[in-house]
Amino acid sequence: MARIRLHDIAHSYIPNPVKPADFALQQLDLTWDDGGAYALLGPSGSGKSTLLNILSGLVRPSHGRLLFDDVDVTDTDTRSRNIAQVFQFPVIYDTMTVYENLAFPLRNRGVGASATRKRVDQVAAILDLTGDLKNRASGLTADTKQRISMGRGLVRTDVAAILFDEPLTVIDPALKWQLRRKLKQIHHELEVTLIYVTHDQTEALTFADRVVVMDRGAVLQQGTPQELFENPQHVFVGHFIGSPGMNLMPCKMDGSAAMIGTQRVALPPERIAGSRAGEMTLGIRPEFVSLFDPGDAALLHVSVEEVEPLGGHQLIHARLDETRISIKAEPEIGVAPGVRLAVWLPQAHIKLYSDGRLVV
Amino acid sequence: MSLVLENISRVAGTEQILHGLNLTVESGTLLTLLGPIRAGKTSLMRLMAGLDTPSTGRILQDSADVTRVDVRKRSVSMVYQQFINYPNFTVYKNIASPLVVAGQHDKKQRDKLVRDMAERLGLTPYLQRLPAELSGGQQQRCALARAMLKDSRLLLLDEPLVNLDYKLREDLRAEMKALFRGGDRIVVYATTEPQEALMLGGRVCVMREGRVLQEGLALDVYRAPLDLETARLISDPPMNFFPGMIEASLLRLDGGAELPRPAEFSDLPAGRYTFGLHSAHLTLRPGSGLCALPVLIDLAEINGSETLLHGQYGALPVLLQAEGVHNAAIGSSAMFHFDPDRLYAFGASGSLARAPRFHVLQPGEARHGTHSAT
Repeated sequence: MARIRLHDIAHSYIPNPVKPADFALQQLDLTWDDGGAYALLGPSGSGKSTLLNILSGLVRPSHGRLLFDDVDVTDTDTRSRNIAQVFQFPVIYDTMTVYENLAFPLRNRGVGASATRKRVDQVAAILDLTGDLKNRASGLTADTKQRISMGRGLVRTDVAAILFDEPLTVIDPALKWQLRRKLKQIHHELEVTLIYVTHDQTEALTFADRVVVMDRGAVLQQGTPQELFENPQHVFVGHFIGSPGMNLMPCKMDGSAAMIGTQRVALPPERIAGSRAGEMTLGIRPEFVSLFDPGDAALLHVSVEEVEPLGGHQLIHARLDETRISIKAEPEIGVAPGVRLAVWLPQAHIKLYSDGRLVV
Repeated sequence: MSLVLENISRVAGTEQILHGLNLTVESGTLLTLLGPIRAGKTSLMRLMAGLDTPSTGRILQDSADVTRVDVRKRSVSMVYQQFINYPNFTVYKNIASPLVVAGQHDKKQRDKLVRDMAERLGLTPYLQRLPAELSGGQQQRCALARAMLKDSRLLLLDEPLVNLDYKLREDLRAEMKALFRGGDRIVVYATTEPQEALMLGGRVCVMREGRVLQEGLALDVYRAPLDLETARLISDPPMNFFPGMIEASLLRLDGGAELPRPAEFSDLPAGRYTFGLHSAHLTLRPGSGLCALPVLIDLAEINGSETLLHGQYGALPVLLQAEGVHNAAIGSSAMFHFDPDRLYAFGASGSLARAPRFHVLQPGEARHGTHSAT
């Protein structure tokens, strides 16, 4: 296991890159602790696969150094980096038994028979494969095969890290949570550094202690699930995390308030002082927009355009002057399109962004 | 147009896929076919389209028997899971194609229709591109635009969002709802996701293994599912089920909890029931009048804005949906609280004995103190 440092890493597929658009991966500097669980989260084209390939050694970064426990591995090949990988689709040998599949990476490296048996039994127990060890790997269900694939990634004790690339793609949605649970258990029991790449927020936030959110080749924020939800550092993070994402409304500062169109959102002086002149973006999550009048705050007036009942709650989509706002409300509240509502934006949950970045 | 399916069955090879379905869909209806894989949703749509013929039964359009009328002679358009467009046509030509086929030769009028539809679906910047140059979400928008411009009386959509990632799905779902509104065509939409059926807000037909379990307004079915299986299928996250007893003045859950008999259950005979509870009606916060269940945590699944806590109450799986991000270690203990007035009661046969009463509140009105002004 190793502590991983991505020191000023950037990558361009063209020679002599100059401007940001020349880079598939914008410069980043990240450190991942030994034994941590990390996720790279972003839509397609965000650069997460490029970053994964740099870690595994399939891509040599055009800029920066990659360090495993302070040893520079930038120029080392995949094999000598000691990285294990689990892919989207199961990679197993159908002609072998489950035991032989799990033992394969150890036997390849000359691990003795008794040590191999001990480790395979341990990994099989965690993955609920003990009963299948003597069976042929062919003919098993997709989720069992993918558990074997995971087991092959986990079985070596000498790896620097294990990389998971969208490993639950082929799993029946109803079974996914059980494999997510397995992955978390594995992390606790085996104390390995796990790096998990996905476009699915539930997968990333459930699995990882810290999540790296990426978009268009740039790392926008690394944080705990709670930090990403409560304090997005970038409008993209606010939008991408949460269903639906954060409300992002253009606003201008005016004295003691942010103006959304003609409506005032009062803010404390220190937040006004820290803000920028000109166009800003006010962010607030739909779950924090309140329909309850606290009595001492100015309310905003919105008109309801659409109501989406979702069972456990409802989403109210409304117009606030020239902009739109979504409100997550209890299902019992009777509202219909055309109704005017007074809403309150609690100051503690208001974020202000300039050029996409969090300011105050 | 009205669409009537009478006693429809379909056998393919040795397998019976649909079992004696009856369904009436009125003009202007949005109907969601909701069910897990192999429920028969696609098979039913293919019969509605005229791509297949049923083994027994009749299909009537406006009282005319169309059971054996070929798809080419029916007024129908279809959108599939895969993004299907003409690969060598630009987005513009793809969207215009049904108008050209229908003989809409007034170029100015055609251009306006194409551009209006492209604008509604956010495709204006991509009109001159080929489908292969678009993202998956844009390709599906293009297919949807084409289907919308075809002047068909029946629009069939077979899990159109399933191959998109969650952010694109969110955006396109909301757009589709606006797109389907108004007009007198029938829209039939197949999905495995209860949230889609509820959000689209029309009628829902809950299916399982080739049978219709319940049909009605989506919210009505959600609030009063006629049996356990329907309750399970229309709830996401799935409904919690607690087997137990109604005794004189109390409910006893098999896990050991005893609680006062809810007023709604006052006239139910004593005996065995299965009690249902939506995951959103369990909370981590204790409160007056709430019952508590000791739970061992299996996993905290975080979807960004909500946390789904998987746990075990005795030997029973139990799910709690909480706002915000909650961390709970695997194997830790927690108390889950709920209001007994939120319980459903299902009888021994699985059919609904009583649904909780649904109170409509005014905006700004609190439900007995459970809201928080964060």
